[in-house]
Amino acid sequence: MTKTVTFMTRNFNKYDVMSIDEYIAIGGFTALKRAITMDGEDIAREIAACQVKGRGGAAYDMGKKWSQARSEKNPEKVIVCNADEGEPCTFKDRTLIQNDPFNLLEGMIIAGYTMKAQNGYIYMREEYSHLRPILLNAIKQANEKGYLGKNILGVEGFDYQIHLYSGAGAYVCGEGTALVESIEGKAGRPRMKPPYIKQCGLYNLPTCVQNVESLSLVAGILNNGDTYKSYGPADCLGTKLVSVAGNVNRPGVYEIPFGMTVREIIYDLAGGVQGDRDIRLIQFGGASGKIAPASVLDTPYTYDDLKGAGVGVGSGAILVVDERTSVIDFLTTTQQFFSHESCGQCAPCREGNLHIKLLLQKVKAGTHTASDVKLLKQIAETMMITSLCGLGQAAQSALLAAMKHFPQTFEVK
Amino acid sequence: MMRDEKGMMTPELRAEIDAILTASGNDGSKLVGILLDIQDIIPMHYIPEEVAYYLAEKLNVKVSNVYDVISFYASLYDRPRGQYPIQMCESIVCGVNDNGFVFATLQEMLGIGLNEATADGKYYLECVPCFGACDVAPAVRVNGKVYGHLNSREKIEAMLAELV
Repeated sequence: MTKTVTFMTRNFNKYDVMSIDEYIAIGGFTALKRAITMDGEDIAREIAACQVKGRGGAAYDMGKKWSQARSEKNPEKVIVCNADEGEPCTFKDRTLIQNDPFNLLEGMIIAGYTMKAQNGYIYMREEYSHLRPILLNAIKQANEKGYLGKNILGVEGFDYQIHLYSGAGAYVCGEGTALVESIEGKAGRPRMKPPYIKQCGLYNLPTCVQNVESLSLVAGILNNGDTYKSYGPADCLGTKLVSVAGNVNRPGVYEIPFGMTVREIIYDLAGGVQGDRDIRLIQFGGASGKIAPASVLDTPYTYDDLKGAGVGVGSGAILVVDERTSVIDFLTTTQQFFSHESCGQCAPCREGNLHIKLLLQKVKAGTHTASDVKLLKQIAETMMITSLCGLGQAAQSALLAAMKHFPQTFEVK
Repeated sequence: MMRDEKGMMTPELRAEIDAILTASGNDGSKLVGILLDIQDIIPMHYIPEEVAYYLAEKLNVKVSNVYDVISFYASLYDRPRGQYPIQMCESIVCGVNDNGFVFATLQEMLGIGLNEATADGKYYLECVPCFGACDVAPAVRVNGKVYGHLNSREKIEAMLAELV
């Protein structure tokens, strides 16, 4: 596959993931060794120069986040690696943990050094329990070699430890405050904000939460920032992991330079649509992402271009649904997911999801009225504005996009 | 090792639970992970009431806290399932790859409905949200292992044959 690139995936299949020695032999930990000679602010600046945006879905400027985390006054801080990728159609973090666990660890250790944190927590979803031995082994070997523990690499006072925690099948725990509640051993119900977790998160300490993919970029950027910057258009530098699935011939995770068109991703990388069928819709960024018809195909995959086309990068998922599935069946299945995953704490999300489910049933049966459609939109918009956390706020993205792009689905018969 | 089917605490089970608790430093903040580990070693893959009470006592947390956690998380169960709980993905990616065929075929082959166990307690069928195996959709997950590309009767039979 010539159109993909190997910046983040450069180490894939190059070393035995159970052996730190092999990782070191291919140049592992050189970024960390460079990092400890630098001032933390300069590290944050190098990341900012690469225009890296957080890869969990919120796309927050990563250099800025690190800089802000550094400026928190509390002498004790924590880093959290969010490996709870629960968005349907998203499996890029799984690929990164499976194929390059030490690179992730190196990124987390550099994050710890930069933000002067003492502890890092990897919060991995239960569904990836088969990857636990890989990470536990990586943490153990890093401790044995002195990349974790006290006075790391001889730097006085650089004490840092990484812990692995497991989720237990709750999508909402991908949300920062719910995630820290879960690490504390409680049910993962999102907290009220403020205070924000960057000031008061896990165990009430300043907490910097980063996605697996974001942290996996760090070592590469410190080693070869210029290579990273050579990819993508000027306003959207670098590479991105996308997970393409649904009705495509070659579903999988692909590392692309930003700026590749959606058509190239789907047809050249993922092998096109099964049976050469027409595309009904494409969903970007998982179940909480927006949908668009095939007219989106020639849009370049960048943050701004996708936004301009009414969709977004989100988690990096690209779900292709062909003509065999109707828009209403798609929405019903997506709604079932959110009805299941709403934690039930705040009324807009709990009640909204219930009533949208009921209204969608009417639309499917064709028994809906014009006022039902109006109500559907009203509830969806209310959820977006008033829900406590991102789950409720984004749950109806697909529905609202469907009302815009596929109005015939909601026509009153 | 024999254990009471109803999940009563046997000395062997108690010893295994104690080992899990010791490994996690008897730390109540690790409750979620502890419950998952214990559920793994219980033959019917759930948290029996007696175990929940035992944990509350050992970790010095309220029983209501233990049940708050068990009832909140979808991967923790308070009712016996089966030796091999077959988790069928019901999310959209498996959905557009005909997971309906997987549901129907498994129900027919095993002669049980959703959330039911076979008479011998060996198999149990349940639906779960996406577990990130979209590249091999339609997929099921059994005791942590993913079986994908289940688009024919033969492949489903082969998957069941592995569960022994």
